[in-house]
Amino acid sequence: MSITVRFFASLAEELGFDQKTLDRKTVAHKSPLTIEEVWREVADRPPPENLLCALNHEYADFKQHLKDGDEVAFFPPVNGG
Amino acid sequence: MLIEIRNQAFDPWQEISRYQENCGLVPGSYGACATFVGTLRDFNQGDKVKRMRLTHYPGMTEHQLSKIAEQALSQYQLLDLIIVHRVGDINPNEPIVLVAVWSAHRAAAFDGCRQIMEYLKSSATFWKKETLESEQRWVSSGVNQ
Repeated sequence: MSITVRFFASLAEELGFDQKTLDRKTVAHKSPLTIEEVWREVADRPPPENLLCALNHEYADFKQHLKDGDEVAFFPPVNGG
Repeated sequence: MLIEIRNQAFDPWQEISRYQENCGLVPGSYGACATFVGTLRDFNQGDKVKRMRLTHYPGMTEHQLSKIAEQALSQYQLLDLIIVHRVGDINPNEPIVLVAVWSAHRAAAFDGCRQIMEYLKSSATFWKKETLESEQRWVSSGVNQ
């Protein structure tokens, strides 16, 4: 099981990286993994209060379960236009 | 329909004119074109803004723009639309976003244009970082701006 995890904007700056990959070895014992569990695996701090997440390019809930090949993204509130 | 995320400056009025001439809209079929052009100010929250860097989530943002465009076309029975959104380094007075929609009547054009803009402000995965005189800072959510 491999999951790509991406980080954007101020969050990537604060963490010091913008992408990580969780491989089979890392997550095998936790399957099925949720998005909030992914955060705990990749970040060395509690999630920011206003943290948003996406799963495969759609906004997602932190309780959603993941499958092999998924792309998870974490980011702060957005600001387009 | 034209939906683009660009890293080069653009002239929104040329975009509208060029698109309207070439997009296949039947002359006489539309009675309204509503447009919104967002431009970078040289001030924000009491500070002088020298420039701004706009970033997005490649893949997700394009997907979102296509979805909101299709939704607005259907909901307001729009005839056609443009969404052009800048990314990269932007200078004051340069356009950030263009939304233009064509419809038979004005109410649908105003409402459809506004719905797309509100979505861009509240949900589309863009982020802004300002360069001020002596520091850089991330711009907080623009839902109410």
